[in-house]
Amino acid sequence: MIINHPLLGPRDSQEFTYLGDASLMHRPDRQGENAGEAFYEYQYQRDNPAGLHRELWYHEQGDRSWLVVTRDTTTHEITDVKLARDVARSEGRST
Amino acid sequence: MRYSGFRVIKEALTGHKGWGPAWRDAAPKPHYDFVIIGGGGHGLATAHYLAKVYGKANIAVVEKGWIGGGNVGRNTTIIRSNYLLDGNEPFYEHSMKLWEGLEQDLNYNAMVSQRGIMNLIHTDAQRDAFRRRGNAMILNGADAELLSAADVKREAPFLNFDNARFPIKGALVQRRGGSVRHDAVAWGYARAADSRGVDIIQNCEVTGFRIEQGKVLGVETSRGYIGAGKIGCAVAGSSGRVMAMAGMRLPIESHVLQAFVSEGLKPVLPGVITFGAGHFYVSQSDKGGLVFGGDLDGYNSYAQRGNLPVVEDVCEGGMALMPMIGRVRLLRMWGGVMDMSMDGSPIIDQTPVDGLYFNGGWCYGGFKATPASGYAFAHLLATDKPHDTAKAYRLDRFRTGRMIDERGAGPQPNLH
Amino acid sequence: MSQVNRLSGGLVDRETALDFSFDGKRYQGVAGDTLASALLANGVRLMGRSFKYHRPRGVLSAGSEEPNALVELRDGARREPNTRATCVELYDGLLANSQNRIGSLRFDAMAVNDLLSPFLAAGFYYKTFMWPRAFWEKVYEPIIRNAAGLGRLSKQEDPDSYDKGFLHCDLLIVGAGPAGLAAALTAGRSGKRVILADEDFRMGGRLNCETFALGDQSGADWAAATVAELTGMDNVRLLPRTTVLGAFDHGIYAAVERVSDHLTQPAANRVRQTLWRIYASRTLLTAGATERPVAFENNDRPGIMLAGAMRSYANRWAVTPGQKVAVFTNNDDGLRTAVDLAAKGVTIAAVIDSRKDATPLEGFNHLRGALVVNSRGRLGLREISVRLADGSLHKIACDALGVSGGWNPNVQLTCHQRGRPVWDDTLAAFVPGGSLPTGMSVAGAAMGDMTTTGALVSGARAAMEALELSGSAPDMPQAEDAPCSPTPLWFVSEGKGRAWVDLQNDVTVKDVKLSHQEGFVSVEHLKRYTTLGMATDQGKTSNVTALAVMAELTGKTIPETGTTIFRPPYTPVAIGAFAGRSSGKDFRPTRLTPSHKWAGEQGAEFVEVGAWLRAQWFPKAGESSWRQSVDREVLAVRKSVGVCDVTTLGKIDVQGADAATFLNRIYCNGFAKLAVGKVRYGLMLREDGMAMDDGTAARMAEDHFVVTTTTANAVGISRHMEFARQCLWPDLDVTLISTTEAWAQYAVAGPNARKLLQKIVDPEFDISNEAFPFMGCGEITVCGGLRARLFRISFSGELAFELAVPTQYGDALIRRLMAEGEEFDVVAYGTETLGVLRIEKGHAAGNELNGQTSALNLGMGRMVSKKKDSIGSILSEREGMTADRHRFVGFKAVNAGDAVVAGAHLMNKGSVENAANDQGWVSSAAYSPVLGSSIGIGFLVDGDTRLGEIMVAANPLEGSSVNVEVVSAHFVDPDGERLRG
Repeated sequence: MIINHPLLGPRDSQEFTYLGDASLMHRPDRQGENAGEAFYEYQYQRDNPAGLHRELWYHEQGDRSWLVVTRDTTTHEITDVKLARDVARSEGRST
Repeated sequence: MRYSGFRVIKEALTGHKGWGPAWRDAAPKPHYDFVIIGGGGHGLATAHYLAKVYGKANIAVVEKGWIGGGNVGRNTTIIRSNYLLDGNEPFYEHSMKLWEGLEQDLNYNAMVSQRGIMNLIHTDAQRDAFRRRGNAMILNGADAELLSAADVKREAPFLNFDNARFPIKGALVQRRGGSVRHDAVAWGYARAADSRGVDIIQNCEVTGFRIEQGKVLGVETSRGYIGAGKIGCAVAGSSGRVMAMAGMRLPIESHVLQAFVSEGLKPVLPGVITFGAGHFYVSQSDKGGLVFGGDLDGYNSYAQRGNLPVVEDVCEGGMALMPMIGRVRLLRMWGGVMDMSMDGSPIIDQTPVDGLYFNGGWCYGGFKATPASGYAFAHLLATDKPHDTAKAYRLDRFRTGRMIDERGAGPQPNLH
Repeated sequence: MSQVNRLSGGLVDRETALDFSFDGKRYQGVAGDTLASALLANGVRLMGRSFKYHRPRGVLSAGSEEPNALVELRDGARREPNTRATCVELYDGLLANSQNRIGSLRFDAMAVNDLLSPFLAAGFYYKTFMWPRAFWEKVYEPIIRNAAGLGRLSKQEDPDSYDKGFLHCDLLIVGAGPAGLAAALTAGRSGKRVILADEDFRMGGRLNCETFALGDQSGADWAAATVAELTGMDNVRLLPRTTVLGAFDHGIYAAVERVSDHLTQPAANRVRQTLWRIYASRTLLTAGATERPVAFENNDRPGIMLAGAMRSYANRWAVTPGQKVAVFTNNDDGLRTAVDLAAKGVTIAAVIDSRKDATPLEGFNHLRGALVVNSRGRLGLREISVRLADGSLHKIACDALGVSGGWNPNVQLTCHQRGRPVWDDTLAAFVPGGSLPTGMSVAGAAMGDMTTTGALVSGARAAMEALELSGSAPDMPQAEDAPCSPTPLWFVSEGKGRAWVDLQNDVTVKDVKLSHQEGFVSVEHLKRYTTLGMATDQGKTSNVTALAVMAELTGKTIPETGTTIFRPPYTPVAIGAFAGRSSGKDFRPTRLTPSHKWAGEQGAEFVEVGAWLRAQWFPKAGESSWRQSVDREVLAVRKSVGVCDVTTLGKIDVQGADAATFLNRIYCNGFAKLAVGKVRYGLMLREDGMAMDDGTAARMAEDHFVVTTTTANAVGISRHMEFARQCLWPDLDVTLISTTEAWAQYAVAGPNARKLLQKIVDPEFDISNEAFPFMGCGEITVCGGLRARLFRISFSGELAFELAVPTQYGDALIRRLMAEGEEFDVVAYGTETLGVLRIEKGHAAGNELNGQTSALNLGMGRMVSKKKDSIGSILSEREGMTADRHRFVGFKAVNAGDAVVAGAHLMNKGSVENAANDQGWVSSAAYSPVLGSSIGIGFLVDGDTRLGEIMVAANPLEGSSVNVEVVSAHFVDPDGERLRG
């Protein structure tokens, strides 16, 4: 596969390491209500969609960026690639 | 119709006119006591044991395509019970014992071949871990042997002993491990289940569940609604898709695992061999092809195909381990969709929906587990209690913190 | 024997004679021959035996679809089983042997299977061999295994080398027949980057095998001229002898180039094959079509081959497959075979044409509406039986029969992703359909365009479209051929004998019928039950025929019955090519430590630790076992001082105003208040609460930490920390970089460690116990101004430091330390001693931090701070994890002579050794020269409250269970006085 890195252009996916569903960025608030249950859901439960999947790839053999890649799990077609840091900020995560 | 050598001879002499279908191509009835979703190895085995061991009747297996077309028909055919953890080892050892009597149970020769499995050791730490594992196997009533490097060389002189990047320092061996003709497992269970009246309904895709007040009443399918007393779901790589129709998320991701077969060769490999310093495991089929595999591609996928980096990685492992295979030609590669769970171990349990039962999360381990999985799932469906060997395979174990993590890789499915 | 079947003309070089041998007999061929054409030229029809029935077989085809003529090529370690004679380019001295036989090829003892064939029908083995149970593995299976298989592997290391390469192009063209050449010409002239690959050693495809003209020149001459023009273009890369084997995601293709297979052996420093990974913006598949046979009784005899292959042999290789040739066809192509061979002076016995309405072929015995129903000839065709249109049966003597059942487009690469071919009624064949691989288009015969003119035009047009070129395509010459108009004929149903569908795997029409009868109706079941299409030719000449037979049995159409799909590779590929250079010692890169050269000079034993090679121990003269060396090293460290290269530990530089906040979340224990100039031990948890890694973090400045990780987890921890930084807390002011390679780091441990270091630390830095206490750190200089970092940390339990200098000084530093340490009898120690020291001190390492243990298990439960948010703290509180009572303790052999071994399971004394009584396990063990006893550490249920208990460390695996006493894991200096001294 080829991942079109937002900063570096098209790169062979072999340069990257895969983590999983981009929901792993949504780490719950430890002070939140029922944090134990929230962490369990966050860490273990997956949508595992057959279709578009937002997922995390790490450019380990490159610039060490974490990317959020939108890829179809039935065709492997990639429709969007963003820097995870930008996505995290846009989703309201900060410090 | 009973299969036997006598019967084969008789039919040969009379033009093979007497053979009938191995199983009926059944049409769905309006209602069954038990509906098993998934005509793979696990689903068919479940139906067989439900009928035979638990004496249940009025059972259907519904399959979206043709039976045996999923992972039971696309794997590297290895059987073994060489697990470390208490939650796993008794279950896989039960499976091994069922394999050992499978042909007689099913009256079908699935070519269970216990030519042994050899897990190679390349570091002292690996030997420590394998010793712990081998002892766990023996303490659970399975067989295990720890071989020295010299022992390994005697048994497999063709391995790379002279120029290895990661030298072979020994092996953990299970002599009762081996391989089975994978397709025949599906067919054998199908035929045996069919002979006890189980309806095997092919080309019947489940499109939804009818659930009222927390109880499942039946399944909507491409061949119409089928009512059911109890429904067991055993769909491996499709677990996420099917259970989503019942409103459930699972601790499972679907990943592609590639497998490979070479051109046929006269016998070169005694049994199953696994590389301990790279991703490569191999055996030789009765037809002569080297059947081998390695690691997952690593990304979520429902496509039954993988990519080049893993093909190369697996072949690199093969060449590093057995340099004699350089001129062996890879004949065919394919991908199967693995239901990778969060701790690498399976789930056989009731679900929050009354009457709906789930069997999945088999990761790489599904094929060897087929008999025990069917047995335990049948037990659960028949009695509403987990089978003794499958007590740890609870759906809520991640919530309670009772993971069964053989590899210690944590909740990242592609690492298991 | 001379070349009795050699004709005139052809594209071979008669001046260059090449000697070769087959089954020990010497023959001569000419340059340009394949092994198959050379054997045919010498009148050799019998080339192999079939897989199951061991039927005598000759060559069926002239290409890579060959199912029959498989040989063992070369000898010794270079022996290559299952090699298609049709694809072997003849070279001088070539040596080949037939395979899969017992005795000679002519008198194969296994041919008895043919007589037993009624008993060996499809799937017979699923129905028998079950009694008695033990007989399967002991009797039946060994017999089956030895009978099965094809060629023999040498069982020796492959002496050749392989390589991998990466190519990029605007247009990849797969197949250099008329469509591919026209496309390459079009694309090449436009200046785009073009790769043209073809599996043959001579580009041109069927143009080299047919006689009709292209414009005013022969097809072969046009092809040669076109190749010459393309060769002159810098933007075009021609890859002959190269098979594009697979289409992968996003326009990535794999191709294997047989660089040296046409030579006796690769030239010096040359590879045998290269695996190319091709990144193609667009791809054009112009792989042509494959002729298919018609099944009839005994259609497998040597001498029976595809009609198009006969033309290839006659026209390209100037070889006739026989002296008296018949043709059996359902289309006009078959007629061409008769015409071409007759033009070369070959006697044509008859042309049997299944079409009643075919236009009569003047000058030939053209039997329209007739069928070949049987054949005779044990080791080679002698006679065919023909049912004429009037129903009469005629015997026709012939020694070769060309069969043509029409052509199947080579759709293989279109199926490698999600494409499913669609049925074309006119062609009676599957053509590419569904969604093709990204960027792929198809032209020429592969798309079903079966004329040469059509191929040329469609190839050129497809190149224009793929590259979005404007203007008009280059002019293409006119060809004189017309569509071959097949009338479908798949098999001849007359006769009770066997009619072969899959020649290599011996699947007959009867087998397909039996499969149907037993309910194996779907294509997937049919293939798996009968093994149809599973042979080395992947069913290129059999799959569609089998579908047609099944369609007739089920009363459905062929497309209703199923489609044929294909998986990579297109043709089988050497595993060595996929591995490339990654074999032997080069399987994976080897990382060397800064002291490696020095350690080598000392005669150190090295050990693989992940990608690293580390010194394991340093043997001295007179030491005969590793234990002697290790015991000496351990005692020397505990007595005076030792030095160990610990560079392999991961080092991550953490900087920024929020560095402390960040580490406070990464580690389960607190880091926010760590003072500058101090080091703290830290435990990282995974988010699931399990221990992930441990190490130290040293605060070099308010906004600067140096974090160490274990060697094994260096890469993973860096990834994990970047995840936390970028994905969880993107606005924390913190940056990370791995500096593992930047610093050479040595542990200097033992009572004299400070004295030794004081000799090289520059005098302005005070490293006395008061100025530089336990867990202190600082930036210093050594050896007169060399920048260094010093950490007072201890893995051994001794007074110890770790000293880091820029990597390039690592070699100099070890030499200096060892020289300065002479007065203290300093020793260098390796990983074994490191292990013994840490086990004696009770430090957890990889065996304990194996991903299955929690902080609680490790005795560090109280380190997990409840006051702050750190990764893993919440889930570590799950009930099942807190209920796990395994605790980290030590074990000491009760009898000093007994060995405690890692991997033993702990049992209460007197209890039966079984899983139910399992109390835990020994995770690491060593002989402690300090204690004079074998010791271990591990995990025991309620271990922390069972000190002093005697247990059994059970090791039934090796039959060596021993009694052990449960003790504190801190065998040495439990109060930590030595390391604070």
